[in-house]
Amino acid sequence: MNFRRSDSVSFLHNPAYYVRMSEITSNKTAKLDSAMQVSAASLHQRWRLLKDRLARYGIVIGGWGVIVAIVLIFFYLLYVVIPLFIPASAESLAEYQIPGHDKGKTVLLAMEEQNEVAVRFTDQANAVFFNAHTGQPILTEALKMPPDLKVSSFAPQSSGEGIVAYGLNNGSVLVAKHTYRITYPQDVRVITPVITYPLEEQPVVVDTEGGALQMLALQVGEGSTTLVAKTASNKLKLLNITKEKALFGEATLQRTESVLNLAAENIAFMLIDKEQRYLYVASADGNLSFYDISDKSAPVLKQLLNVLSPEQRINSIDFVNGGLSLLVADSTGLVSQWSVVRDAKNNPAMQKIRSFKVSDAALMKVSAEQRRKGFLTVDTQGVVGAYNTTAERELLKLPAAKVLPEAFALSPRANAFLLQSVNGNVNFWKVDNEHPEVSMRSLWGKVWYESYPKPDYIWQSSSSSNDFEPKYSLTPLVFGTLKAAFYAMLFAIPLSLMGAIYAAYFMAPSMRGVVKPTIELMGALPTVILGFLAGLWLAPFLEEHLLGVFVMLILLPVSVLGFGLGWQFLPKEVRSKVPDGMEAMLLIPVILGASWFAFAVSPSLEALFFQGDLRVWMKDSFGIDYDQRNSLVVGIAMGFAVVPSIFTIAEDAVFSVPKHLTVGSLALGATPWQTMIKVVLLTASPGIFSAIMIGLGRAIGETMIVLMATGNTPVMDLSVFQGMRTLAANVAVEMPESEVDSTHYRVLFLAALVLFMFTFVFNTLAELIRQHLREKYSSL
Amino acid sequence: MIIKQWVKSGSPWIWLNAAAVSTCLILVIGILGLVAVRGLGHYWPSDVAQIQYRDKEGVPQVITGELTDSNEISSQRAKDAGYLDADIGSGRTVEQYLIKVGNRDISGMDFRWILVNTISQMTYPEQLIVLERREWGNFYGTLVGVKEDGKSIAQGNEAWDVAQQRLAAALEVYEEIKQLEKKEIGAINYSLERLRLKQRKLELQKAWTDAAKQEMATEKAAYQVDYKRYQEQLKALYVKANKESLVVKTGEGIERDIPIGKIVKAYRPNGMNVFTKVGHYFSKLGEFLSEDPREANTEGGIFPAIFGTVLMVMLMAVIVTPFGVIAAVYLREYAKQGFTTQLIRIAVNNLAGVPSIVYGVFGLGFFVYILGGNIDQLLYPESAPAPVFGTPGLMWASLTLALLTLPVVIVATEEGLSRIPKSIREGSLALGATKLETLWLTVLPMASPAMMTGLILAVARAAGEVAPLMLVGVVKLAPTLPLDGNFPFLHLDRKFMHLGFHIYDVGFQSPNVEAARPLVYATSLLLVMVIVGLNLTAVTIRNHLREKYRALEG
Repeated sequence: MNFRRSDSVSFLHNPAYYVRMSEITSNKTAKLDSAMQVSAASLHQRWRLLKDRLARYGIVIGGWGVIVAIVLIFFYLLYVVIPLFIPASAESLAEYQIPGHDKGKTVLLAMEEQNEVAVRFTDQANAVFFNAHTGQPILTEALKMPPDLKVSSFAPQSSGEGIVAYGLNNGSVLVAKHTYRITYPQDVRVITPVITYPLEEQPVVVDTEGGALQMLALQVGEGSTTLVAKTASNKLKLLNITKEKALFGEATLQRTESVLNLAAENIAFMLIDKEQRYLYVASADGNLSFYDISDKSAPVLKQLLNVLSPEQRINSIDFVNGGLSLLVADSTGLVSQWSVVRDAKNNPAMQKIRSFKVSDAALMKVSAEQRRKGFLTVDTQGVVGAYNTTAERELLKLPAAKVLPEAFALSPRANAFLLQSVNGNVNFWKVDNEHPEVSMRSLWGKVWYESYPKPDYIWQSSSSSNDFEPKYSLTPLVFGTLKAAFYAMLFAIPLSLMGAIYAAYFMAPSMRGVVKPTIELMGALPTVILGFLAGLWLAPFLEEHLLGVFVMLILLPVSVLGFGLGWQFLPKEVRSKVPDGMEAMLLIPVILGASWFAFAVSPSLEALFFQGDLRVWMKDSFGIDYDQRNSLVVGIAMGFAVVPSIFTIAEDAVFSVPKHLTVGSLALGATPWQTMIKVVLLTASPGIFSAIMIGLGRAIGETMIVLMATGNTPVMDLSVFQGMRTLAANVAVEMPESEVDSTHYRVLFLAALVLFMFTFVFNTLAELIRQHLREKYSSL
Repeated sequence: MIIKQWVKSGSPWIWLNAAAVSTCLILVIGILGLVAVRGLGHYWPSDVAQIQYRDKEGVPQVITGELTDSNEISSQRAKDAGYLDADIGSGRTVEQYLIKVGNRDISGMDFRWILVNTISQMTYPEQLIVLERREWGNFYGTLVGVKEDGKSIAQGNEAWDVAQQRLAAALEVYEEIKQLEKKEIGAINYSLERLRLKQRKLELQKAWTDAAKQEMATEKAAYQVDYKRYQEQLKALYVKANKESLVVKTGEGIERDIPIGKIVKAYRPNGMNVFTKVGHYFSKLGEFLSEDPREANTEGGIFPAIFGTVLMVMLMAVIVTPFGVIAAVYLREYAKQGFTTQLIRIAVNNLAGVPSIVYGVFGLGFFVYILGGNIDQLLYPESAPAPVFGTPGLMWASLTLALLTLPVVIVATEEGLSRIPKSIREGSLALGATKLETLWLTVLPMASPAMMTGLILAVARAAGEVAPLMLVGVVKLAPTLPLDGNFPFLHLDRKFMHLGFHIYDVGFQSPNVEAARPLVYATSLLLVMVIVGLNLTAVTIRNHLREKYRALEG
């Protein structure tokens, strides 16, 4: 009888109690009969009860499993989205004394792709390669320099690629490059550093006068190299070397030289962009000259401006990845971003597009990431900060060194950095910074993107170029979603609500039995078919018969009312032939006729009033553009998809208004319509509201119709004749192409999460209202 | 006076409300009608006209083609398009015909608009032929002769009969080629790939011994021999198929040789009577349902799409039914009714309203990348870096749609359970049955029609859903069906084709939308018929069920 004990808790509430009573009695009688039978019967009983219990556990577990699976959707979306908003983190991996300190002072610190090997270029033209994790020297190589010459200046190429240039005291420049060979002997990765010379192994003569070069800037490109040097006589000399390859035979070098007419005494910074088209020259006190050097023989000064407030100094300057904008770090801890923006007359001009207050101390260096639109800063107190320009986001700020920093190296993937202090200590840090491009501001606010004339909302997630600035503004997509939903509701609400009122209250029951399933069937039509018809049949049709649609909009109500009025004057015998509540049947031919007439008459009207073409007329008179796949098409198609959802629920709400309310109203002398407006609609209004909410939820999440019936351009334009791109369509279009766990992927998940939240809120609201209504009715 | 009273009584509003219902009805029936007419009409062999007209410079031209559409445009638009004033006439609008002229390889476009006023003669000569080809779409024109190995074997009147005989023979050869390529050679390729994976697996397990090497080499050699033999056969068949060609002439008078192997069907619609037309119609319809697509899906059949849809939906049904029913049984029969169950019900109801694309995103992220990625790592290390389950496929599509339709099944089953009178359960318990026995022997059988309704609605929803599938496994053209004769027969990791996606893809992504449109209508019609049929079944079952329990309760 051990089963009794375990069940005694739920004894009284459990209907199975009676079962067990009967089992007990049957067990008792069985005991009296024979021992064999007893054991067989009780075994069977136990087996039954065991099965029952197992099934109970199984079902409870299964039930909860299903419910958990459903909830999992929400949490999984959240799980993918959350890393977007986690700030960057960094971890100190090692600290060691600088290797090969007898080889000279560091002029450049750099790291290779895998963060294993680092290199230190010194003022004595040595390259010291060392293990980034331990500081162990790997290779020390003296650059191939004529023995009698001395280094007078140094510059790294601003866009990375490992190219450096030493200016020499005879007016020539030695260009070198550090590259890394990766081999896998015995399946272990070995990185071997190599120094190469991209131009010639001999220094290139820039200043024929032969003085020491005081300052340098260079950009080595494919086949073309541009150098700018400040000569001993304080002139800025520009030299371009183009490799021209003859079809057969050797390549010849073509030299183009020019001198910039600028007083070069105060020049502190020079940068050439990646395309070798623009040259930026800045003095420490903030005077920035912006040259167009497309024609290397004749540089043109485009603009001269001051990028600082008075009393400040530029401490460091760098290109944002891609070379379209400059980062200027000053002595007050401020980094400002300047981009070349085309003005109204299409002239390029520098403009400050944003600034970051990075530190209270002076900045020592700003270093842009090589793959993204981000940068790191180091101030004089050794505090390192990581920022992203697009997102205007501070991702990291930490004291990385205790004493004044001297050199800083950011790895090509921006996931590690080296910081050398004046006391010769090197700190090696690992950075975890996966999704810097996204912030609340870049998702929802206006962002001033590089080269754009003004801040704007833009969705443009990818392009073929590596230097592309991803534009993840969800605002145009949400706008498109709401716009599509708005036009759909504009079409659906009147049609479905009026239809629901009529079907629930005025329609003959026999007809209602046909109409309701038909309209419900409409809801089951696959949206891909509606979308296909909208895109390939309705859109061209509307384009051709635009005026017809407008004529129909006016003509339909007029003809219906006219028919209703006329019906009044018909003899009673005719009227009585049609039973009450069949008006809808009578109206079908009327509506068909009116529509046909509207379309038949519209070409003539168009020729008469709109010079033969309404669309051209609209464009000429009002400047309204007409897009073939526009909001009107979406509104009608999606409205059609939404009508059944609203109709069914609203009809239920109206129909379930208790009869005694309406009967009472009618008995007091109100007309059926007065009863409808004053009694029925008022009582059913929460239900109708919930119907609209559900319809709205459906319109917001609908994918295929929007995908097929609009051009999917993420524009923000209220016009009914323009298309849009919605959140759902955007996810459907871009998701298959996005790389797993990339920022783009996570932003698309965010879009899905936003959709989920939208519909969840609307549906919950609707459901709560409906339940409340149900309780109210049951109390009435 | 009367009007005032009429307005006051609210009648105008009632009429307007009635008009809304009428509009809805017109829209539903109109859409179904539109799809039906366009979808069904496509395969009817329409007559081919020979049209003599003047072009925009007034030069006489002759073309052949099918009249597919006509409309009226304003005279202004015609003038802008460059038509002569004399052809436009004095009216405000002019009528124009859309002619399907085919011969894309010669003229570059399938369709042409022609102003009715420019047409001087329109005849339907009996000898005009239509050739359906494997590439370049239809050919319209006349048959000049038949060639074999470049020598003419038939000319003039007898050419048509000869052409038909030769075509029938060539089609048989083509059937053989297809059989060889798909079945035999496909199987060999599949086996070779399996061998490669086996080798990789052995290598990974460090069991790639000499014995294994030997064994594999002999196996491979056997396949190679077979492969060579089939290759020879194929070559011979291809030579045979391309021996003959038809010499044809277009309406403009250009002569062309078309190899007979490139032709699918040849017919003379103007010479057909109603019965042959009906026969032609049904043979085309059969082809539509049973053949593979041709020419970037714009021609031929949609069999792989039908197959993929059905298989995916069946798998989904197998997954969703037990889980949906268990969840409903738990909610209705086992859980303590209260705030929690209420909350769960709201959540389940809500999930029915969550956009399907969200399920797609979830399926891609969770099923494909997380579950699939881990399965690959555990079970298929040999095929890395190519994913097996870590990429969209049939299994994940079915699972995603199962999750999507779960609320439908839960809600329907719960409703069925709630309609079963309490007395039945109590009776069963009182007779000594355990709760499980009560459930299994009385409650569930009585609720089975409700479960069926739920399942049918779920299937209908799943069959029409496209957006999530685009992310989790549907492709525009799958080279192999997910079910075939190669072990393990059902390939859950394969991608598949789907009717709904086929509509989207052919209608919007294909290079020649105008020519593909009729096929899209036909596909839509098929999908609509399936879904409307399923829904009507569900409604009938539901109504039947309600009647049954009303009687019980009474």
